[in-house]
Amino acid sequence: MIRLSMLQFRTQAATAAAALAVLAVILAASGPHLFGMYDSSGIATCQAHGDCAPLAISFVNKLAGFYAAFYFIGIGLLLLVPAVIGTFWGAPLITREFEASTFQLAWTQSVTRTRWLAAKLGLGALAAMATAGLFSLLLTWWSGPVDTAVPLEQGPNITIIRLGYALFPTRGITPIGYAAFAFVLGVTAGVLIRRTVPAMAVTLGSFAFVQIAWPIWIRPHLLPPAHAIMALTAANIPGLAAGPGGTTIVNPPILPGRAGDWVLSFQTIDPAGRPFNVNTVKACLGTNFQPCQNALGRLHLRDVIAYQPASRFWVLQWYETGIFLAAAVLLAGFCFWSIRSRRLSR
Amino acid sequence: MSAVIETRGLGRQYRRTWALRDCTLAIPEGRVVGLVGPNGAGKTTLLRLAAGLLAPTCGTISVLGEEPAAGPAQLARVGFVAQDTPVYARMPVSDHLRLGAWLNPAWDDEMARRRIGQLGLDQRQRAGSLSGGERAQLTLTLALAKRPELLILDEPVASLDPLARREFLRGLMEAVAEDGTSVVLSSHLVADLERVCDYLVVLVASRVRVAGEVSALLASHHRLSGPRRDPGALPAGQEVIEESHTDKQTILLVRTDEPIHDPSWTVRPVSMEDLVLAYMSRARDDRTRRLEVVS
Repeated sequence: MIRLSMLQFRTQAATAAAALAVLAVILAASGPHLFGMYDSSGIATCQAHGDCAPLAISFVNKLAGFYAAFYFIGIGLLLLVPAVIGTFWGAPLITREFEASTFQLAWTQSVTRTRWLAAKLGLGALAAMATAGLFSLLLTWWSGPVDTAVPLEQGPNITIIRLGYALFPTRGITPIGYAAFAFVLGVTAGVLIRRTVPAMAVTLGSFAFVQIAWPIWIRPHLLPPAHAIMALTAANIPGLAAGPGGTTIVNPPILPGRAGDWVLSFQTIDPAGRPFNVNTVKACLGTNFQPCQNALGRLHLRDVIAYQPASRFWVLQWYETGIFLAAAVLLAGFCFWSIRSRRLSR
Repeated sequence: MSAVIETRGLGRQYRRTWALRDCTLAIPEGRVVGLVGPNGAGKTTLLRLAAGLLAPTCGTISVLGEEPAAGPAQLARVGFVAQDTPVYARMPVSDHLRLGAWLNPAWDDEMARRRIGQLGLDQRQRAGSLSGGERAQLTLTLALAKRPELLILDEPVASLDPLARREFLRGLMEAVAEDGTSVVLSSHLVADLERVCDYLVVLVASRVRVAGEVSALLASHHRLSGPRRDPGALPAGQEVIEESHTDKQTILLVRTDEPIHDPSWTVRPVSMEDLVLAYMSRARDDRTRRLEVVS
């Protein structure tokens, strides 16, 4: 049965292999120059003796059109790969057999339908994981210099950190978990709906929902956050914004030397420990932030910051990958139950 | 006589409608059995239940003494050719033969290749581009080369032209004659079955209306025509299956194992088609009558 599954899976496997080959050629051709620029930038050794920010800024500014563009293309690709796998490999896996009635041919050979599904599901899931894993391996390697440099800029834009929304799901091992989950999600939709196009639509929609909802509601709580308290000075208040509700502090200061931390929430408190409202300071009622910042710096304010430290990257990667793999296993169990006990037809 | 398919109170429901209900039958071993009935009689559902593609909603079914699709060993003993003979459209003929060899322990590769050769099929051709007749022959080859004890075919020739029909049935008969494989094939056309079946089961609305060896059935059914009279006055042992009257004449189809002595009847033999149609229309009349009683 495994040989038949391989035969039926040839086209998909060839497509994935071709896509990976093209990517590998592009990355292998451009990688050496990128790494050369990184090595000569001095970022690798700057942390031992002080300030990395200027080096990082100059390195990032040197990334001309192609490197900057392909860095983001790579992130986009890795966000798409699991969704595409679920939609185009997972959903049609079973529905095709129903739509063409070939399940009647397959199920009346001398092989139980449990083994039939096991071979199809197992092979497909392995291929999905291998494809996503290789995509991630190639792009994680190539993007390494940029991933390291960007957080060191210490500017107000710290969304590109390895724990952030863009990089965490597109680096390391998480794509493997997503791919397995998306594939089995597609198969499950197929088993339930039995028609290819609706099953594909449902797969794409529900996986996109998971991809969006997960980092907002679930990932921050995979591990209990760490807390830090930082004194606010006129120099380190990183961002103020004027809005309908008055002026607010939009970012906490970056912890010294901890540029990659993922800040979940923060609260500004006064010396007595009470929540502090910026609009109680006269200097902050206008739109000129410089006097406001100076005034705030004299008030001995502190920020209580809840964050996931950058050092937890791999622990969180394993947690998240494990959860998605477990979800894939659960869905697969449902598929087996459904195929076996309900004996689908029509 | 042991049964290859035996059902008791068998039923299968799709959502609210029953495709088969309270079906009790026994299909004997070593025969070529024709399962005839009008569309919607439950033939396909019955055969899918027998192949283990469906699970019963109620009742029991045993095929070759086991639960259908109970395991690889049971599956290996039953060959199935589904309605409209589905194949993997994008796979060439040769891959279908490989598939058969991979998935069936008793696969007879020599026989499969010989049959494909005799049919003149190009092994490199994609199955999706085969004609209906060729596709049916390919699926029959897959089912035969598995060396089953029981071969089930669901309306295998329904969509074939007359020539392809004849060739398909001839090929089937040649193949099963050699090792006495039991065959069950369904059709709503009696003419398809006439040439090949030696046992007949007429199924109307899930009920077996008549079942038996074709030669015995033909010998015990007669068409009587004579002056008009009340069929109730026939001697005991003569069961009226179908009756029609004009002002002067009565035509009956009766079932009896006794010779017919009454000289006023002209007695003629019946064809299989007459017989099947008579049972089907009787079943329909029964139902109409029941519905009238209810309303």
